[in-house]
Amino acid sequence: MSEQRAGDDVNSVRKAISVNAPQHVAWRVFTEQIGAWWPLAHYKIGNVNAVDAVIEPRVGGRWYERGEDGSTCNWGSVLAWEPPSRLLLSWDINADWQYDAALKTELEIRFIAQGKRVTRIELEHRNLDRYGARRDQMREIFDKSGDWGRLLGLFAQLAEGVAT
Amino acid sequence: MTAAEQILDALGDPTRRLIFNRLRHRTRSVSEIAEGMKVSRPAVSQHLKVLKGAGLVLVRAEGTRRLYGIDIRGIEALRSWLDGFWDETLVAFKKAAEREAVKGRKHR
Repeated sequence: MSEQRAGDDVNSVRKAISVNAPQHVAWRVFTEQIGAWWPLAHYKIGNVNAVDAVIEPRVGGRWYERGEDGSTCNWGSVLAWEPPSRLLLSWDINADWQYDAALKTELEIRFIAQGKRVTRIELEHRNLDRYGARRDQMREIFDKSGDWGRLLGLFAQLAEGVAT
Repeated sequence: MTAAEQILDALGDPTRRLIFNRLRHRTRSVSEIAEGMKVSRPAVSQHLKVLKGAGLVLVRAEGTRRLYGIDIRGIEALRSWLDGFWDETLVAFKKAAEREAVKGRKHR
């Protein structure tokens, strides 16, 4: 995966990935089908297992997870809805992985067509200064990458598989 | 030190890795963990304290016994640190979008 850095902007994490899918498909999968691909097994905030994730398709809509008991946990709201090229969400999950409507970090996702069959996705998670004293800790969680880590990650998965 | 660094530090010790491994399949008491090991029970307790401090091990009381088991949150903190939240999320999205694109081409 390629990665861009916004200079020395410590309040922003940027990622980019190329996807072998047309722009409209990339948009549809990201928004309508988020529940099918989001790593809900470990990136969720509710107390129960999460079975779905939803982005309501309009400005002012919510995005949230749905638990196996039907309960929902908000993640944030839709700030801009511009299919098939730009989505702006607020990410209102605090450093304790709890919903906090006042947090308002921003997540911008751009879908850039590169020919008919390839789309470049650029993601920026910004306003991380809103995490205050825990900004660096959160930035590390959001930003860290590296293939060496995936190797060790296999160990973690193995341990988790046995533990559950 | 971040949570992940504390975890890596805790698992840097071979005895602690052995103890952690013994807890992978089920919860155990200190004496069960210490069984057949070359270190004393108090030493095992000390190692468990470090593993607990790193968020890798949980303890719960069952009657008069204290049972130790793996704390899944420690594993998850480690995985987030290793993979990067947005990296992992985007890779998962890429797989889904490409599956969908292939489906779309077949239906045409």
